[in-house]
Amino acid sequence: MAASGSKSCLQYLFHLAHDHLDFRLPEIKALLALRLKPFHPCGNFKEQSPFWCLDCLSEEDVCTVMARSVCAKSAFELWGRGRTHSELRTSLLNYPPDKMSPYMQKGSSYRINVYTFNKTLLFEDRIKKIDAMDYLPFEGNVSLKNPQHIFCLLEDYGTDPNNIPEHPNYIYFGRWIADGQRELIRSYSVKNRHFIGNTSMDAGLSFIMANHAMAKDSDLVFDPFVGTGSLLVACSHFGAYVCGTDIDYNTIHGKGRSSRKNQKWRGPDENIRANLRQYGKEDMYVDVMVSDASKPVWRNAALFDAIITDPPYGIRESTRRTGSHKDTIKSPDGLYAESHVPVSQAYHLSDIFTDLLSFSAHHLVLGGRLVYWLPVHRPEYCEEMVPLHPCLLLISNCEQTLSSHTSRRLITMEKIKEPEELDSLAHLSDPRFIPYQGHNAFRERYFSGLNKRSGKDDTKSDVSGK
Amino acid sequence: MKLLTHNMLTSHVKGVTKGYPLLIKATEVKVNEVDFNPKFVCRMIPKLEWSALVQAADQLGHREDLPGELVPDYEKNEDFLRKVHRVLLEVEVIEGCLQCPESGREFPISRGIPNMLLNEDEA
Repeated sequence: MAASGSKSCLQYLFHLAHDHLDFRLPEIKALLALRLKPFHPCGNFKEQSPFWCLDCLSEEDVCTVMARSVCAKSAFELWGRGRTHSELRTSLLNYPPDKMSPYMQKGSSYRINVYTFNKTLLFEDRIKKIDAMDYLPFEGNVSLKNPQHIFCLLEDYGTDPNNIPEHPNYIYFGRWIADGQRELIRSYSVKNRHFIGNTSMDAGLSFIMANHAMAKDSDLVFDPFVGTGSLLVACSHFGAYVCGTDIDYNTIHGKGRSSRKNQKWRGPDENIRANLRQYGKEDMYVDVMVSDASKPVWRNAALFDAIITDPPYGIRESTRRTGSHKDTIKSPDGLYAESHVPVSQAYHLSDIFTDLLSFSAHHLVLGGRLVYWLPVHRPEYCEEMVPLHPCLLLISNCEQTLSSHTSRRLITMEKIKEPEELDSLAHLSDPRFIPYQGHNAFRERYFSGLNKRSGKDDTKSDVSGK
Repeated sequence: MKLLTHNMLTSHVKGVTKGYPLLIKATEVKVNEVDFNPKFVCRMIPKLEWSALVQAADQLGHREDLPGELVPDYEKNEDFLRKVHRVLLEVEVIEGCLQCPESGREFPISRGIPNMLLNEDEA
């Protein structure tokens, strides 16, 4: 199908990284929503494909999406497409010449790239494919090093590496507009982060979370289980002011044992503020506090534009809150010693999520987003297990597999109304929370599979399991 | 602890009904320069308890000429926004404590970080 001249807007081709497949669509949708633009696919849209054609956008929209996306590799102004090279040719020759000519003029310089998905081509074959495009009226000079305009021929050989077809399933040709922010995954790598912990979120997922949360310039973002602040680092990169709390005094103050190999203790100045400083974002730091997420310290008002968090699931970080079942021993004058550390008790996962949703309903601004991870025992998972709240609309639910029987799901919700008194009790009759009842319910399920398996599948969870 | 944070905090000691604002007892206060962002200040002002902010700035000796009432049309008043910016984001309590106005419970602040944990019988 050719991009017909009758359509008022151009089509754009998004080339997506073949990684974190579940997270791509909510990311692109959230970034478009920041520009108040709909997600409007054209042609036969397949979410799993690395190529998406989108309608109803301007070049500026595409550039702003690309300035944030870590799921998209690049975006192109789509000039033509087809199932075969002859279909592509027909499609390209139907593309309005006045839309092409500004980029093909005499004196300009250009380059044509060939990109193949799921197949590697020999250099000669690439050249042949470029030469075969000679029906396009290029009048400029080729410049491989520093071209003014870059064009790309993209061939899709499907997604099955064991069954690569000889000819591509689909071919696209377009003018390159912008690259996404895949580079951030390397430049923000936890490996080079000043201050990390056992469960620091990897850079790619942190940016995906910040995008799902639509954290943006001059927002105020809060993480109630802040840990070493990986999510705040990602949000601050997009211009949001950040704050967080954690029950762990040592983490917040950057004390205690180091999570790095070959380093026993944390050095001075290993803290969240230093992490932001490392990326030139110290100005976005508001505060972190030692505080118990089950007993919020914030006054009752819509304070935060986004709440973004990775709660502890009891696997690699324990779930704790202050309080005790026992009668504590106090000195006769009723005062605790200066060094008294409050006793912490189990914090049931079901309570963590109830508290988190209720807190978000009260403290998010209208339209603000809550983004968090929900651990899941895969054999038992069903959609009904995702906690709901009458004030929060479920936007997306993306799975990241951790092992054969466990995964975690990134849940994004948006506040749609202010809570009323009745709403606070809404969860009580909700059967959704049953799987998370009992303090170690998820932990027990998580480890239940280990006895039966070799443990090989579970090495992955060492990286991301909490 | 910045005064923006202080403005959003309340006492959560069990049984306390008037826990806002927390009193600040500072032994060390620092002023750290932060880039002025009028957009952020404008977005925060409607969320603030103005009198609590003025009172907190006063307690730390950094009120300067911050007016007791929020000025109208503050969005266009850069001079005013700069004053608010300074009080919200630049003045920081490094050492000291926060005190619940009703129960008298103190929450220590060390190295700029408040510790809001309650003991097991206070929650």
